[in-house]
Amino acid sequence: MKDLVLSLIAEGGALAGVPFSLAAPLVMVAFGALVVFGFVLPIAGITSWLERRVWARIQSRIGPNRVGPQGFLQWLADGLKNLLKEDIIPSAADKWLFSLAPYLVVVGFIATFAAVPFTSSLIIADLNIGILYITAVTGIVVVGVLMAGWSSNNKWSLLGGIRSAAQIVSYEIPAGLSVFPIVLLTGTLSMQGIIRAQGWAPWDWFFFYNPFTFAAFFVFFVAALAEGNRTPFDIPEAESELVAGFCTEYSGMRYLLFFLEEWGNLYVIGAIVTTLFLGGWQVPAFTDNPMLLAVAQFGTFFLKAYFFVFVAMWVRATLPRVRVDQLMTVCWKYMVPIAIVNMLGTAAWMLFVPETLGRLVQFGMTGLGAVVVVVFFRRVRFHLRRANLKPSDYYYSPII
Amino acid sequence: MAGYFSNIQETVTSIFEGMSITFSHFVRRPYTVQYPDRIPIPIQDTLPFRYRGILEVDLEICTGCLACERACPIDCIVIEAKKDKQTKAMMLNRFDIDIAKCMYCGLCSEPCPTGSIHHTSQFEGADYSLESMLRRFVKTPVAAYKPSKGPETDPEIVPFLDRGLRYLDDFAKPGGSSEPGEADAS
Repeated sequence: MKDLVLSLIAEGGALAGVPFSLAAPLVMVAFGALVVFGFVLPIAGITSWLERRVWARIQSRIGPNRVGPQGFLQWLADGLKNLLKEDIIPSAADKWLFSLAPYLVVVGFIATFAAVPFTSSLIIADLNIGILYITAVTGIVVVGVLMAGWSSNNKWSLLGGIRSAAQIVSYEIPAGLSVFPIVLLTGTLSMQGIIRAQGWAPWDWFFFYNPFTFAAFFVFFVAALAEGNRTPFDIPEAESELVAGFCTEYSGMRYLLFFLEEWGNLYVIGAIVTTLFLGGWQVPAFTDNPMLLAVAQFGTFFLKAYFFVFVAMWVRATLPRVRVDQLMTVCWKYMVPIAIVNMLGTAAWMLFVPETLGRLVQFGMTGLGAVVVVVFFRRVRFHLRRANLKPSDYYYSPII
Repeated sequence: MAGYFSNIQETVTSIFEGMSITFSHFVRRPYTVQYPDRIPIPIQDTLPFRYRGILEVDLEICTGCLACERACPIDCIVIEAKKDKQTKAMMLNRFDIDIAKCMYCGLCSEPCPTGSIHHTSQFEGADYSLESMLRRFVKTPVAAYKPSKGPETDPEIVPFLDRGLRYLDDFAKPGGSSEPGEADAS
């Protein structure tokens, strides 16, 4: 980013003559706005549409398919509708905090994009504390949620806000502890540095590095889902008990901002998981053309990250909501100890396991992963056969 | 301690199993019927013959006996039938059915001797005014149908009468005609 600014204010650049202290914020704001409006908002919107379609198909429904081709423009219609709706602030609410809360939530999630990589060169700021920064700014979300719950002056909102605070604060611990094994292995907190320490092949990913990082992946993913208030951990907005939780009193665009955070956060989860465990944008060096390579890297990273967005939708359609005490049990009795074991295990692994054996374990873990996938699809086939479907009951096309 | 690890194992295997079940639904055809515009055949054609939709009267075979008017529990049928002094024929001056009042009980079509008044398979009756729900079947006064002694010979009336009698017969059967798609969509 700094090089870009320097080249812009140099002789013949677009911003020639502008002092660095002015040009740097300008370029950063412009680039940030480009990322937010060109990438984050469409991704969050499209995710909302895709989630409804995926969810519908799992429930043998169709989902929104009327607005635009296959309902693809549904998110634009929903956004427009919510923009035009009246923004109601309850008279008993704390007006300032009530208005401010959705913005804090959105800021907490959009700020993470500053350190989320897209390709080997395209990243807003390759901070040397990237993953720590992301963990930190995600914490702002809990302030916004708690603020929303408190200022609404509503029992449901307050319960939702407090549940959310307890949940996010608890689950940050296993999430943070699951990052440690990767940081131990790479010796860096920079997102790009972590990706560069891996390779394009699955056996070079930290996912298959050893049994401890394999477990750390699942602990991190579950903890990230819980931090993002996703089902099965969506007790802060549990419809059946708390109406809409902390956003009960919100309406119009402010209400939508909470959901923008929820859907956009899915991509952030996917991106972090991809970066830490799945080799990020690593592609085999098949060409010398830097442009082509960047496109391939972007595609690889995006597909990997979006696969986990899909998994989150799929989990949401599968698992029931956990109870509050179960939520805390899962976190403190199971995930935190497992995460600590993962961290200590990885440290011991680095000390005691020779490189050749480690290499063998990587191949073995990759084979194990392949076996799990095969077993999974055999189970899927088993369930399809057990359902005794007629040939006309099968429908493979996503278009309907 | 054994319970601790069996809990973990149970969680992992049951989630794995649940995810495979939900994934298997991706390749199944959705059950949704996209009424009204994206269906292979009109929904009216899939309804049974005796489906109780909006009422209709075949004036060609109406005898003007007023049985339906008397049978209607909420008086949504109004008929004016008078004997013409000169021609000695029963003249139908008015035959109105207020669809807004009708509760689709079917009591009017049971006593009809010819099956003239019958339910159709139409059910999309939404409109902007109550007045338009009033169906006036007699535009200009017409002579009522006079059953002939033998079998009916008039080729214009035969199809109506056949249909009407089939409608009545169908009702007499305990199960009715269970085959869908026979309903007259007119």
